[in-house]
Amino acid sequence: MDIAIRCRDLRKVYDAKPPVEAVAGLDLEVRSGECFGLLGPNGAGKTTTVEILEGILDPTGGDVEVLGLRWGGDHAGLRERIGVSLQETRLNDKLTVEETLELFSSFYRKGRPAPQVMEEFGLTEKRKAWVMKLSGGQRQRLAVACALVGDPDLLFLDEPTTGLDPQSRRSLWEIIRDLRKRGRTILLTTHYMDEAEKLCDRVAVVDHGKVIAQGTPAELIASLHGEHVVEFAVNGDAGTPAPPLDPQGLLDVSSVKSARAESGSILLTVDQPHVAIPALLARLGRDGHTLSRLTTRHASLEDVFVALTGRHLRDE
Amino acid sequence: MRGRHPFLLLVLARMRELMREPEVVFWVFIFPILLAIGLGIAFRNKQPDQVVVAVVEADGSGPIVAALSPANGFVAETVSADEAAKRLRLGKVALVVVPGAEYEYRYDPTRPDSVMARHLVDDALQRAAGRIDPVKGRETLVTEPGARYIDFLIPGLLGMNIMSGGMWGVGFLLVDMRTRKLLKRLIATPMKRTDFLGAIMTSRIILVLTEMTLLLIFGRLIFHLVVQGSLWTVIVLAVLGAFVFAGLGLLVASRTARIETASGLMNIVMLPMFVFSGIFFSSDRFPAAIQPFVKALPLTALNDALRAAILEGADLASQAGRILIMLVWGVVAFVVALRLFRWN
Repeated sequence: MDIAIRCRDLRKVYDAKPPVEAVAGLDLEVRSGECFGLLGPNGAGKTTTVEILEGILDPTGGDVEVLGLRWGGDHAGLRERIGVSLQETRLNDKLTVEETLELFSSFYRKGRPAPQVMEEFGLTEKRKAWVMKLSGGQRQRLAVACALVGDPDLLFLDEPTTGLDPQSRRSLWEIIRDLRKRGRTILLTTHYMDEAEKLCDRVAVVDHGKVIAQGTPAELIASLHGEHVVEFAVNGDAGTPAPPLDPQGLLDVSSVKSARAESGSILLTVDQPHVAIPALLARLGRDGHTLSRLTTRHASLEDVFVALTGRHLRDE
Repeated sequence: MRGRHPFLLLVLARMRELMREPEVVFWVFIFPILLAIGLGIAFRNKQPDQVVVAVVEADGSGPIVAALSPANGFVAETVSADEAAKRLRLGKVALVVVPGAEYEYRYDPTRPDSVMARHLVDDALQRAAGRIDPVKGRETLVTEPGARYIDFLIPGLLGMNIMSGGMWGVGFLLVDMRTRKLLKRLIATPMKRTDFLGAIMTSRIILVLTEMTLLLIFGRLIFHLVVQGSLWTVIVLAVLGAFVFAGLGLLVASRTARIETASGLMNIVMLPMFVFSGIFFSSDRFPAAIQPFVKALPLTALNDALRAAILEGADLASQAGRILIMLVWGVVAFVVALRLFRWN
């Protein structure tokens, strides 16, 4: 299997007082043709990692190989083969969509004609519009389009959908899925777990500059040993205050794999909800708790992150 | 498929952006012309002033007023002695004439217009009294372009615009692109950095030459300004100036990450030159002690060389010293700036 990106023990320390270690020994392997997600909260070191892989930042330490090449050698040759969309780039406000794409296209030996790219990204009717007049979603589509004018083998998308409305997000997801179908390798970062689950073949969960878990979304969720989440809340009978409920006391309920309390609710991960729920209800009844709410859902990458770190992705 | 050359598209993009920015069009093209019009009017060469005289009421004041006829440029009025003294004190008249066996002229010798009035009035009165000049004088009036304030001003405005245009056009642009992460985005492509910087320089030169053409044509049409030297000399000097100040703009922008810091730095760099480099008045007015500093400023060299070429018809060789000063500034600025420059 071809490896598109390989990095070992990647480190980046920013000069500051005290020095900030943004990336602290990160290992990564992205295979050709897959869509790989770096998932983590803000400040986890995702952007720093991606910018090192893009050859924009120099690492403090570690080894990076992109498409079998190293930055520092054939810079220009490597740049021809990658496409980049940075987090929050503001393109020239007063150039039109078409002028922007023509300009970026001219930088590449095999740059694609602007009309073709605009067609692909649904920007044709905006070709004469200044960048400043575009909506957030259109601007982001243009940013991704600029990453694709060079017909790259490897595409980096840093938080491509952050700040977009749901419809614009879905339209970008379509574009990304389409690219993946056409055999391009994609590395994207996100702090939306639904995005990672929907788009990525494999994800690496990054926290404090390190990969803390890696695998397909299904594998990571399976690592919870319970692919369903049962969330419930209890209150005592009127008049008699409820005895406090200890989540750990529920671990022996049949099929329950883990339990935690969170903002007034209790969350259990279970493999078989049809076994766990009757057992749970029996237990609550025996102990004199009255159920006020109960929901079940599939476990998500969010639950994986919480299980690994005890924090939510979007806390911060 | 291969489109047009990236250098060409970068220049084109830069020019489009500039032309789509109303402020740029105003500061670059309209402001210098407005300034030239304003200052040209304020300091225009006026018609010779009328000589305003008060004649003290007394015997013989009638013939005096009659001798000082408006046709000869006099405004004479008969008033009381007190009133005459008051008008002189307030500067409403240049001279008070007291009739008598001898004419008495009262005036302030530190006022040039009073001194002149005294001589003109005396001359007129003596002739009226029957003086015959032994030799006739004949007058030929000359007001030729070249020596007027507007002639001095237009090359200075050109120099000033080359400076501020270069500093803002390059320095501000690059810092803005850095804060937008656009510089970073561009170096993530195979774009050649020489193409990028070359395109910025080229668009600066196009702009400077356009400005220069407009200002010279305007000066020619409105103020009959004549370029005495060769136009090529003026063009070479303007392009050299564009290079020098683009270099200084690049230097200011080389590491600055915030627009506010960049504006402050640019003002620090430009302020001494606004004051010392002879834009609105000659830099020779500064004391000899600071002349070496004044002459070493790149804008002084540019302004002096432009004036020499436009007003005196100097050629490039005669401006070698000034050209050298500019080259040193430009080359040092570029070398240091490129060494310090941060793309990300």
